[in-house]
Amino acid sequence: MADDLFNSFMTGPDERGRFGIFGGRFVSETLMPLILELEACYEHAKTDPSFWAQMDDLWKHYVGRPSPLYFAERLTAHLGGAKIYLKRDELNHTGAHKINNVLGQILLARRMGKTRIIAETGAGQHGVATATVCARFGLKCVVYMGATDVERQAPNVFRMRLLGAEVIPVTSGRGTLKDAMNDALRDWVTNVRDTFYCIGTVAGPHPYPAMVRDFQSIIGKEVREQITEREGRLPDTLIAAIGGGSNAMGLFFPFLDDASVQLIGVEAGGKGVNAKMEHCASLTGGRPGVLHGNRTYLLQDEDGQILEGHSISAGLDYPGIGPEHAWLHDVGRAQYVSITDIEALEAFQLSCTLEGIIPALEPSHALAHVMKIAPTLPKDHLLVMNMCGRGDKDIFTVAKHLGFDMKI
Amino acid sequence: MGRQMTRIDTTFARLKAEGRKAFVTYIMAGDPDLETSLEVMKGLPAAGADIIELGMPFTDPMADGPTIQLAGQRALDGGQTLQKTLDMVAAFRQTDTTTPIVMMGYYNPIYSRGVERFLTDATAAGIDGLIVVDLPPEEDSELCLPAQAAGLNFIRLATPTTDDERLPKVMQNTSGFVYYVSITGITGAAAAQAADVAPEVARIKAKTDLPVIVGFGITTPEAAQSIAAIADGCVIGSAIVKLIGEGRTPAEVLARVADLAAGAHRG
Repeated sequence: MADDLFNSFMTGPDERGRFGIFGGRFVSETLMPLILELEACYEHAKTDPSFWAQMDDLWKHYVGRPSPLYFAERLTAHLGGAKIYLKRDELNHTGAHKINNVLGQILLARRMGKTRIIAETGAGQHGVATATVCARFGLKCVVYMGATDVERQAPNVFRMRLLGAEVIPVTSGRGTLKDAMNDALRDWVTNVRDTFYCIGTVAGPHPYPAMVRDFQSIIGKEVREQITEREGRLPDTLIAAIGGGSNAMGLFFPFLDDASVQLIGVEAGGKGVNAKMEHCASLTGGRPGVLHGNRTYLLQDEDGQILEGHSISAGLDYPGIGPEHAWLHDVGRAQYVSITDIEALEAFQLSCTLEGIIPALEPSHALAHVMKIAPTLPKDHLLVMNMCGRGDKDIFTVAKHLGFDMKI
Repeated sequence: MGRQMTRIDTTFARLKAEGRKAFVTYIMAGDPDLETSLEVMKGLPAAGADIIELGMPFTDPMADGPTIQLAGQRALDGGQTLQKTLDMVAAFRQTDTTTPIVMMGYYNPIYSRGVERFLTDATAAGIDGLIVVDLPPEEDSELCLPAQAAGLNFIRLATPTTDDERLPKVMQNTSGFVYYVSITGITGAAAAQAADVAPEVARIKAKTDLPVIVGFGITTPEAAQSIAAIADGCVIGSAIVKLIGEGRTPAEVLARVADLAAGAHRG
C-alpha cells in the first residue's frame, strides 16, 4: 500500500520548498529576493559538472574524503548483537561532517560574487568549518555564537580566531544557538549586498534544507558503496544524532527509497524528555510551528513562544529540527528516539576505551542508542552509525561531568 | 475590490481630504506591563497618532533591533500572551471606535493559536489590519488570503531589495497601505534619509494606488517631517518604545509622541 502512495521519498521539496506541510520560506521581504537568487544559483550549479568536479577535488584533497567505514569489532563483541560499523566523518579536516556542506555553500557564494560570509554556530564545529573554508578562499568571515556557548566551547572559539574569523558572542535572548541564528539573520538583513549566509544545518528557508542535505549526502553515498563492497549488501539500520539534523539527513537521504533500511535519528534528551523542557527533543517533545524561515517541530509553549532546550551537547541545543526530518517522522519513514546526557556520557567513555576513538558528544548520543538496540539484534544485522565529529572540543565538558580536575 | 471599507481605508480617505499625512505609532503590547501599555495606547490618538501598530511579543523577533527585542522580552516576562493582547484591543475599543489598530509581529504565535480562531478573535476584538514580518507573498495562503476574506487588511512590507520585477507580486494581495521599509536592516538601526527614500516611494506609488507609509530609522520630529513630506506618512516605533524601556511615565511618553506627531503632520 505504501508503495502505491509514494513513488519515492526522494523527490522533495516541492516548488514551494515544502516537505509535506513542513519547510517553506517564512522570511522577511528584505531577505526574500536573496533566497530566490540563492535558489536560482544553486539550481544552476546542481546540474553543472564543473561545480561538482570542484567539490569532489576539495572533498578528496582538502577534507580527506572518502571517510572510512570502520568495522567496530570490539564494540560489536562487547554488545554481543548487531555488526556495528562506524562512518568515520570525525576524521574529516576540522573534525566533523560540517565542512562537507560549508565547501558547497562557499563555492556558491563565490559564484554569486559575495565577499563576506556569516554563519551561526552552537558547538563551534560549523563555525570552525566556515572559518577554515573562508581562510582557504580569502573571504571575510563573521561567526555568531551564543555567549553561553562561547564559554563552554572555548577551544573552538580560539580556533576560529586563529583562522581569521571574527567571533561575535550573542547576548540577545538567552545567548544560545537559536539566538545566534537570530543575530545572523539580523546581520544578513542589514548587509544584503555583499553577504552570504552559510547555514550549518538542514534548516532555514528553502533552499537551505534541500541544499545542505544534498551537500551532506556524500556521507550516505559513500556508505552505500563501502558497505556494498564490504558486505555485498545494504545495511539494515542507519543511526545518527540530530540537532538540526544535517549529518543524519546526509546519511539517510541516499537510502530513503530502500524500504529494507531502517533509519533512526537520535535527539538530545537532556535530563529526560519528561522533565520540564530540560531537553532538545523537538520531535519527541515539540509540535509544529514556524521559526527561522521554516515550519517544523519546535519546542514551544502554549502561546507559540519558543522555549530553550537543554543538552550537554552544545551542537544539539536547538529548539527545532530540519523540516525534512519533521516530514520523515510524520510519514513514518524514519524513527526518532531520544538519549539523555547521562547515557551519552556513558557511550562517550565506551567508545574511548573499547575502540580508541574519542567521539564528540553529538555522536555519543547516537552511540548510546546503538548500545541499547545492538544487543537485541541478530549477529548478521548490519548497523551503520555516523561518527559525525571528534571529541577534542568536548574534553573539558566531559571532565567537568566526570569530576576530573583538568588543572594539573 | 468591492470589499467593505476598514477603519484604515476610512482614515486614509479622511487624511487625504484634509490634505494631511498619516502618523503611525508602534508600541509593544504588555510593555512593561498590560496596564501601562494600555494607558499609553489609549492616549496615542489624542497625542496625534492616526494609526496604532500594536506589537505582539515574540521570543525570536528576527527583524527587530535591540530596542524592540527588549520590549518583547519585558512584555513576555510580565506575562503577556496573545489572548491578553486581544483583550487589550477590546478594552481600547470601548472608548475609541475610530482609530485603526494594526497588529504587528511574527507568525508563530498566530499559527500556534490556529489561523481561523485567531481571525475570529482578532475581528471581534476590533483589529483592522495585520503586519506579519515573516510571511512574504510566497506564503500568502497561510494567513494573508484568509485574513482578507475575514475583512482584515493585510499590510505588506516593501523593502529596498524588492526590485521592480518583484514589486507587483508584493503589491498583489496587499491592502490598507504599503509599509515601505526605508533601510536594509532591523528596526531602530540606521537613520533613514528622505533624499534616498523619495525615489523609492515614487517607484512603489507607480505600481499601486494604496497609500505608502515609510518606517524604520525615523527618530525625531524633523526626520518625521522630512519623511512624511515625501510619502503618505511615516511610522515611529523604536524611538517611542525606548522611552517606555527607560521607565518614563505614560504622560512623558505621550508628550514625546505629540512632538513626533507634530513633525509628521508638518510633512
